[in-house]
Amino acid sequence: MKKLTECKKGSSCTVIKLHASGPLKQRLLSFGMMKGVRIELLEYSATKSTVEIKVGKMRIALRKEEAELIEVEINE
Amino acid sequence: MNKIKIALVGQPNVGKSMLINSISNAHLHVGNFTGVTVEKTAVMFEFQGYKFTVIDLPGTYAFTDYSIEERVTHDYLCNEEYDLILNVVDATNLEKNLQLTAELMTMSKKIVLAINMMDEADAEGIAIDGQYLSELTGLPVAKVSAVARTGLEEMLYLAIKTHKASQQELKLIFSEALEEEITTIKAYLDRHKFKASISNRNIAINLLQKEKKTYRTLHDNPIWIELQPLLVEADKHVSLHHNSDDIKEVFAEEYLAFNRGIIAETVKAENTEIKLSMTEKIDRILIHPVFGIPIFLFFMWGLFQLTFEVGSIPMEWIDGFFSWFGELIGSSISNADVRSLVVDGIISGVGAVVLFIPNIVILFIGIALLESTGYMSRVAFLLDGFFHKFGLHGQSFIPLVTGFGCSIPAYMSARVLKNDRDRLLTLFIIGFMSCGARLPVYVLFAGAFFSEHHAGNILFAIYIGGALIGLAAAKVLRMTAFKGLDEPFVMEMPKYRLPALKLIWHTVKTKTWMYLKKAGTFIAAASMLVWFLSNYPHNAALEASYASQIESVGEEKASVLRNTLKVELLEQSYLGRIGKFIEPVFTPLGFDWKMAVALQAGLAAKEVVVSTLGVLYALGDKVDAENSGLMKVISKNIPFPSAVAFIVVIMIYLPCLAASVVFTKEAGGIKYFFYLFALTTIVAYVLAFVAYRLTLLIV
Ligand SMILES: Nc1nc2c(ncn2[C@@H]2O[C@H](COP(=O)(O)OP(=O)(O)OP(=O)(O)O)[C@@H](O)[C@H]2O)c(=O)[nH]1
Ligand SMILES: [Mg+2]
Repeated sequence: MKKLTECKKGSSCTVIKLHASGPLKQRLLSFGMMKGVRIELLEYSATKSTVEIKVGKMRIALRKEEAELIEVEINE
Repeated sequence: MNKIKIALVGQPNVGKSMLINSISNAHLHVGNFTGVTVEKTAVMFEFQGYKFTVIDLPGTYAFTDYSIEERVTHDYLCNEEYDLILNVVDATNLEKNLQLTAELMTMSKKIVLAINMMDEADAEGIAIDGQYLSELTGLPVAKVSAVARTGLEEMLYLAIKTHKASQQELKLIFSEALEEEITTIKAYLDRHKFKASISNRNIAINLLQKEKKTYRTLHDNPIWIELQPLLVEADKHVSLHHNSDDIKEVFAEEYLAFNRGIIAETVKAENTEIKLSMTEKIDRILIHPVFGIPIFLFFMWGLFQLTFEVGSIPMEWIDGFFSWFGELIGSSISNADVRSLVVDGIISGVGAVVLFIPNIVILFIGIALLESTGYMSRVAFLLDGFFHKFGLHGQSFIPLVTGFGCSIPAYMSARVLKNDRDRLLTLFIIGFMSCGARLPVYVLFAGAFFSEHHAGNILFAIYIGGALIGLAAAKVLRMTAFKGLDEPFVMEMPKYRLPALKLIWHTVKTKTWMYLKKAGTFIAAASMLVWFLSNYPHNAALEASYASQIESVGEEKASVLRNTLKVELLEQSYLGRIGKFIEPVFTPLGFDWKMAVALQAGLAAKEVVVSTLGVLYALGDKVDAENSGLMKVISKNIPFPSAVAFIVVIMIYLPCLAASVVFTKEAGGIKYFFYLFALTTIVAYVLAFVAYRLTLLIV
């Protein structure tokens, strides 16, 4: 199982499953993050504690803890 | 006259508030980040013989009620009376925006779809076939731009037409598996002649979505007995089909599939990449892992530098104007008491506050730029890691920054934080961010004790210092009062947008005008009060004894005596007595009674600190009555270490009365006010004492 945080900056991946629950899952879903959706990894912050991704046309900032709850498959 | 009441609904940052501003003459707060609007506001206007009432609601990504601001929208839509929903969407990101639209379509309310930001869509080469979109979904569609002001009238006509129409046929189609279950449940309801205000199809959808209210209503109905096993069966079938037992996820996927179908038919996009990468290019610099934070600090530093350097130019003119004005007025009033009230009370009090208008304006421009360009969310991103260490949420940054302008909207905007503990913690910390009203005090003292080259840096240091103390306080509070798990941080980063000059101008103008109005009313009244308390009671005996002494000595000695008389008179006035009474409390911090009084007066409003100092030193100025400029007076009368301690107290102690009231309301109880009072007072006192002692050692 690969987590979103294992993606390199500039690479892209596809969501397999969301391991989040409750409000967080709801929020991710409403951002259009669900299985089969492509995510691009735009930037990590200095300490890698925060990450910026792109889903569809939208840029989203996530903390590492939340990003780890997103299971992905890394695209070639 | 006919009336139409419209609920304005949409995801955050799609331009709802801006849209109202452009169809009416309202001036709602607009900003390029998520969570600008946190409270509902009604705006009224007339159009084509109709009285429109539009309710601006906080943006919401989905129809949920987790955070306060989402709850405002959720509760309004569920419980209030309105004629139709105006659903605003962002033309450049329909896929995401239509998720909420699809959810709204299950509510059995009339909906008009406003596709906003058409100007951006055009620039990005996105073409939308509104007609076809309308045919496919059954929604009336208006393509508008709140900024370019296009399509607005058509939108209003469409609203009137929809309002007049008897019913709206919406077409929301799900996957076969889900449709099958909806049909079964609907058929069951139909068979039992079940009737409610919303259609049976929508009831079926809501039951499948496990919508609480629908459940509650049906639960009390006899048909529930047979309905329940039906639902259990349907639920199983649907989750099997979607390979997920989370019904929210199932529906999100269903909506997305529906929306993608619609978009494939109606939206033609050509090379969207070019324009979009603009934002990403800027981001590559501004949120760079290494340079991001230094760049932000540089901007901040630049702002304070500007505040001081540029702000001090018109300050001299304003200062000059008020001295001239005071003399002019003074010479035309014959009664000495009235003259003193007007010149020493009102004019010097109000003048001292108005003096800082240039600084305030520059600060407001800085905040407006931060809010409207999209940089705000970037800084939240940059600082989240840092904030997190102190137990704060990255999104706390938004209310905290707002706090640099004024604490009141900052307390309100803390509503974007979902978790109550995070929100409370942020509320407690906001006061540590020095608000605009405190800027005059800082400028006054920085200007009094430092050369012009350094004053800007000192301002910067004061603000950063306040913020750091706030962070430390957050850490302590997090470890003691607000223990608990971390809240997730998930935040949309908006596009960079060039702020419309008109918008900036307007925001700054409104805020400045409010500041001026406050100076003319509240501050003027407070100055009069301070003047009165510091002039009465008169002491005829004292005056007489000095008068005889003055007569018997030479001119040089007489002027010294006259000044001593002034000081003694001031000290035996009501305010002087109060000041003397509380002075011992502040002696360890090196404050004289005037400073102590000014501090207390600052509890009403921070500007009053300056106006009070203005009045007190204008009256009892033992230096030289002709000496112009409060700065010089301050630097001659107040020792440097005391000034440092004074600034520290101003940075930390209780926010003004109005802000305290809002704080108490937002925190949800008077007890929180006492906590805040205790926290700020103790921290302010201890740190001021330390600062005073340290400075004494160094100087
Ligand atoms: N180019 C363009 N920008 C727009 C348009 N409408 C709004 N904006 C910008 O979009 C941003 C968001 O506008 P707001 O009116 O604050 O959005 P909102 O939907 O009220 O946001 P919340 O209150 O957070 O839900 C601002 O920066 C506006 O200047 C438009 O038609 N075209
Ligand atoms: Mg708004």
